Amino acid sequence: MSSTVATAPEKAAQKDRQVAKPRRRLPTPYLLLIPSVVILLIGMGYPLIWQTITSFQKFGLSQQFGQPAPFVGFENYLSLATNPDMWGVVVRSLVFMAVTAFITLAIGLLLAVLMTAVGKVVRLTLQISLLLAWAMPVVAAMTVWIWLFDRRRGVVNYLLDMIPGVEMNRFAWLENPFTFFMVACIIVVWMSVPFVAFSVYAGLTQVSDEVLEAAQLDGASAWQRLSFIIMPMIRPVIAIVLLLQLIWDLRVFTQITMLQDAGSRAAEFDLLGTYIYKLGAGSQDFGMASAVSIFVLLLTVAISWYYVRSLLKEDEQS
Amino acid sequence: MTTATTPNQTQLLTTGQTGRAARARTRRPLRVSRVIYSALAIVIALGWVFPVYWMINSSLLPNRTLQSFIPTFFPVNGSLNNYANTLADGTFFSALGISLSVTLIAVFFCLLFAFLAAVAISRFRFKGRKSFVLAVLIVQMLPAEGLFIAQYKMVASVGLLNSVIGLSVIYTAAVVPFTIWMLRGFVAGIPADLEEAAMVDGLSRTQAFLRITFPLLAPGLVASGVFAFLQAWNEFTVALVLLPAEAMQTLPLWLRGFIQASATRETDWGQVMAASTLVAVPVIIFFLIVQGRMTSGLVSGAVKG
Repeated sequence: MSSTVATAPEKAAQKDRQVAKPRRRLPTPYLLLIPSVVILLIGMGYPLIWQTITSFQKFGLSQQFGQPAPFVGFENYLSLATNPDMWGVVVRSLVFMAVTAFITLAIGLLLAVLMTAVGKVVRLTLQISLLLAWAMPVVAAMTVWIWLFDRRRGVVNYLLDMIPGVEMNRFAWLENPFTFFMVACIIVVWMSVPFVAFSVYAGLTQVSDEVLEAAQLDGASAWQRLSFIIMPMIRPVIAIVLLLQLIWDLRVFTQITMLQDAGSRAAEFDLLGTYIYKLGAGSQDFGMASAVSIFVLLLTVAISWYYVRSLLKEDEQS
Repeated sequence: MTTATTPNQTQLLTTGQTGRAARARTRRPLRVSRVIYSALAIVIALGWVFPVYWMINSSLLPNRTLQSFIPTFFPVNGSLNNYANTLADGTFFSALGISLSVTLIAVFFCLLFAFLAAVAISRFRFKGRKSFVLAVLIVQMLPAEGLFIAQYKMVASVGLLNSVIGLSVIYTAAVVPFTIWMLRGFVAGIPADLEEAAMVDGLSRTQAFLRITFPLLAPGLVASGVFAFLQAWNEFTVALVLLPAEAMQTLPLWLRGFIQASATRETDWGQVMAASTLVAVPVIIFFLIVQGRMTSGLVSGAVKG
């Protein structure tokens, strides 16, 4: 690229490429894309369009039985915006997402640093234990945690009760919204920390020992090495991991549903996913359910934009 | 890398004395802290794996033992009775069958479609390529919670609720984007020159692809396939909406139904944990196979900087 004078073989190569190009214009790539595009249009595209249209319609119980659905403009969205239930759900979801994602990131970072600070055997022990937690299917993990937090025979209450001065016998974690979401947060953090820890650890191993040693010889303290060398080098990993966590912690339908099975189904235990499910499957109000769904999708796209952009940039480089 | 090490080494040579002294000074406190860190790491490892251990431990204990107020931490007098009771009514096997058929159909089509698309976007430059890649990336982020009402409506309107086909179609669509993205990396990692060399040696383009590129891609296909398998196998949200009938349940739905049915009486935690173990163990084994690739797939590029 840097030389402007092309040698003879280079010129020949360029000519080759020019000849080759039209051949690559054949519709082959489009043919190869057809199956994927078709399945995506069926499974995602059509529902997305239907949902967008329905969110502007009155689509309740009578429409389920064949009545035409009248267009009502932004009425669904307006009634959501003035609905205190919806605001409660949105605020709870966003707070839950942010708190859980940041706790996950913090613990994941600490564990990644811890992995670099210990010997090989200890590190492997920690990694295997994290892997097992990571591999647990969500539903199975939920049943175990519900058992751990069981009010009468749960180990958590038993162990907490052993602490002198703490009276936790028969404490019902899932019957109060605050402790309910605390339990949900603990479970989600437990499931997601392994991914963060492994990703950040992979990033940390990329930081060369020579550079760190050189900095140490030049008198940089451990804190200075962390903040001026290690952090800048692993910042991209942290940014992406945090974004993925934020998105994943917005979609915790399975966890919340299972906890509601064991606790209470009241409205103050809802996050966005279960709220949509209740609107759609429970009240059969597909217009409102669609409007909330559109809101969730827009929120996701807004959060994931940075991630998508960075992946695209990398794609161009390769 | 080389530019970083060279001045470094010269510096070490010239300041060898002070360097050694500095290292000697840091060595002693390092040892002590290392022991503390190791102990901390072991404690965290034990704490983190405890729920998994507790699942297996409880699954081996009789319900009478679990009913006691003092937990039993080791399954000394354990038995497999809970497993036998869990499997007795046969619902596990019918759920297993449904899970297997839905997942295998979805994985097969997902791999096939994603493979073709991955070849298209990594081997060809064409108009609309960038928009396609962008669409794939965005669709991959969309949560099931944001679409399941519409998917329910669509599947119901063609009469495919409670059917393997309806769920498989949605699963294929949901998993195809990430699989395309993952396979794209593998296809791009195989130099096109190899194929071209084979074509110079007289193979047709298709032959070159089948004989040269495809075998090299096998590990990538396996990894992506296992990943797609795990996603479909563990999925709960869409299955809950699209399979409302009790006779049609995938394993995650079955496990949830199991704990729900059990909760109406006194919950039989031994059986619930045995059921959870049955669902979890195969997944854990599969997961351990592909784990390394998953981390690198999700944050690829970020590490390189």
